[in-house]
Amino acid sequence: MTSDDPRSPPRRSFFGALGPNELKGLFWQVLVVGIAVAVIVFLWSNTVTNLSARRITTGFAFLGREAGMPIADSLLAYNPRDSYLWAFVVGVANTLRVAVIGIVLATILGTLIGISRLSANWLLSRFAAVYVEVLRDIPLLLQLLFWYVLMQALPAARAAWRPVEGVFLSNRGLILPAIPFRAPHLWVLGTAVLGCAAFFMIQRWLVAQQMRDGKPRPAWPFALGLVVVLPVAVSLLLGVSWTIEWPELRGFNFVGGLTLAPEYFALLIALVTYTSAFIAEIVRSGIQSVPRGQWDAASALGLRRSFMLRQIILPQALRVIVPPMTSQYLNLTKNSSLAVAIGYQDVVSIANTTLNQTGQAIEAISLIMAVFLTISLGISFFMNWFNARIALAER
Amino acid sequence: MTAITDIPDLPRAARRPQIGNPVLRWLRTNLFSSIPNGILSVVLLAVLAKGVVSFAQWGIVNAVWLTPANDSSACKAARGVGACWAIIPEKYRFILFGTYPFDEQWRPALSVVLFIALFFLSTRRSLWRRELAYLWIGALALISLLMWGGVLGLSFVSQDRWGGLPVTLILATFGLALGFPLGIVVALGRRSKLPAIRSLSVLYVELIRGVPLVSLLFMASVMFPLFMPSGFNIDKLLRAQVAIILFAGAYLAEVIRGGLQAVPRGQYEAADALGLSYWRKHRLVVLPQAIRHVIPPLVNTFIAFFKDTSLVLIIGIFDLLTTAKTAIIDPAWQQFSVEVYIFVAAIYFVFCFAMSRYSRSLEATSAR
Repeated sequence: MTSDDPRSPPRRSFFGALGPNELKGLFWQVLVVGIAVAVIVFLWSNTVTNLSARRITTGFAFLGREAGMPIADSLLAYNPRDSYLWAFVVGVANTLRVAVIGIVLATILGTLIGISRLSANWLLSRFAAVYVEVLRDIPLLLQLLFWYVLMQALPAARAAWRPVEGVFLSNRGLILPAIPFRAPHLWVLGTAVLGCAAFFMIQRWLVAQQMRDGKPRPAWPFALGLVVVLPVAVSLLLGVSWTIEWPELRGFNFVGGLTLAPEYFALLIALVTYTSAFIAEIVRSGIQSVPRGQWDAASALGLRRSFMLRQIILPQALRVIVPPMTSQYLNLTKNSSLAVAIGYQDVVSIANTTLNQTGQAIEAISLIMAVFLTISLGISFFMNWFNARIALAER
Repeated sequence: MTAITDIPDLPRAARRPQIGNPVLRWLRTNLFSSIPNGILSVVLLAVLAKGVVSFAQWGIVNAVWLTPANDSSACKAARGVGACWAIIPEKYRFILFGTYPFDEQWRPALSVVLFIALFFLSTRRSLWRRELAYLWIGALALISLLMWGGVLGLSFVSQDRWGGLPVTLILATFGLALGFPLGIVVALGRRSKLPAIRSLSVLYVELIRGVPLVSLLFMASVMFPLFMPSGFNIDKLLRAQVAIILFAGAYLAEVIRGGLQAVPRGQYEAADALGLSYWRKHRLVVLPQAIRHVIPPLVNTFIAFFKDTSLVLIIGIFDLLTTAKTAIIDPAWQQFSVEVYIFVAAIYFVFCFAMSRYSRSLEATSAR
């Protein structure tokens, strides 16, 4: 084997001159692959023997059978008579529900704390530093159990805390006023998303025009039209109701509103606070990586502070921030599997129940791995695309 | 949002003439530099005062510190207004050492002391020599001897009776000590020119890093028995340890690969020019430099692993967190889990905080 430096001279063709180095390389590869194959064959044959001894049939046929497990808190409609396959889908939806909302909230909270750490106010920056240090140095699982215990120690529904009118916090979880979501709302949301996309493209075109002749063109009429007026018009046309449903206590439970079950709420708080501590450090180092001269130059040009942050500082800071942020998002998603410890039924928890009920260990664990690999790859692709967009465009 | 000031190379404050009382000057620049800042400071001070006062009331003034053995009535009376720290003296032996035979618990205690001494010695830069590796091997062997016993008049204690802090330290230390060489091999494999070795390394790293540790632990506890020839059964703790080593190997490989990339090309070429073989080149020239580059991120990975060992709770291994959770199953003390969790969190915090301080001091010295 010779130097493994990527910049070494181009290799000669494989079947060309097989010098002593190439032969050595070939030998090593054959050896390593041989060992890997031997190990896999050994494990595989053991597994086959063991499975037949235990009379477990392999394969995914069990997915069609009736699951019979209760899922208390699910985003999708489910009842125990549905199949294992559907139970898995419900589990994936539950994982995504906590991961997506967790990522959004952790990013917001982490950014605020990261900025606070750089504040001129000594007290605020100390607060942020203590927050980061304490949360980073305690295992997430311990924090999760802690939040869950606190959640269970909350008063019963009848004596629920009301921090704000219409918001109830009790051992049934957090109950919020909400707008009941039905099919027509989807249309309005869809138009709004399309409007945003269209506005984004128009804005790029306007900037391109400005690049050509230097004349600024206002973008706000398009924003107003596409993002505000259009969805409102659709909403009026379909007669969508936007009245807020206020939860109220009837008997021993709440009626109406949106309920976040204690398990979900504890998991969300634990994931968001824990990850935000890491995000805060990433944001801080990102902002600090922008040289002082960039701030000075922007102020010397007389730019407004908001414009300066948006157009000068942020684009440079983001280059440092995005790659480590991607791994934090991946961590949050993977950490959501700790849900199994407090009984929130995410995909890992449901796979675990399936495993115990059917004995299909290999299939259940492969499904978990497949789900997480898919989610990880999805997030990686999106963040790499985003990273490529904001990357430094050098000559 | 307040102004961002923590920007390097800011000589302004240093040049301004220093007048007035230094305390007032400090307050003016750090807390009351502008009106919004002043309001923010007052609000934060109020929040801080309220937090400190209510925590002191709960945790110190109204707290129950000691009760007669196995009697939680004083704690139950103070419930809601004061903490029940009495649960710690009541349960600390179980939390720290699990179900290890009570009279023999000096052995795990001594093991913990040995671990801490080992960590402490490893932080000394002057001791970073070959002898340190021998010291590690010797100390780990001594710890195994203490924990298992069976010789020198020590009674044998099987590992399903181990528990608490020693198990956490064993899982973390052995995970790192064995994951580290694995990580080096995989990192070299990933940078190898040989396609078969490179793709195997990439596959291993990406597969392990793409899935949560929980699923690997499940795999270790449920699938491992299926993989082995029938009749061959290894202990649950060892299975979890194998999963943690494999997990650590993949993450450490990525950190080490970063270090390998930072070694200049000239170093490889110089080693080649001296006619060193592949392994001697890496052992004598490349790896010492590569690892030196990545010591701070390595320490951060160590911290992450130390915390992640707590996940073995999910497969029912008695580490520190599991013993804590088990300690509060006792009906008499069931309601006082918050206090136990705070106690255990403090133990984890001390270890992780020490490591993160150390990592920061290393970064500071290497930046110079």
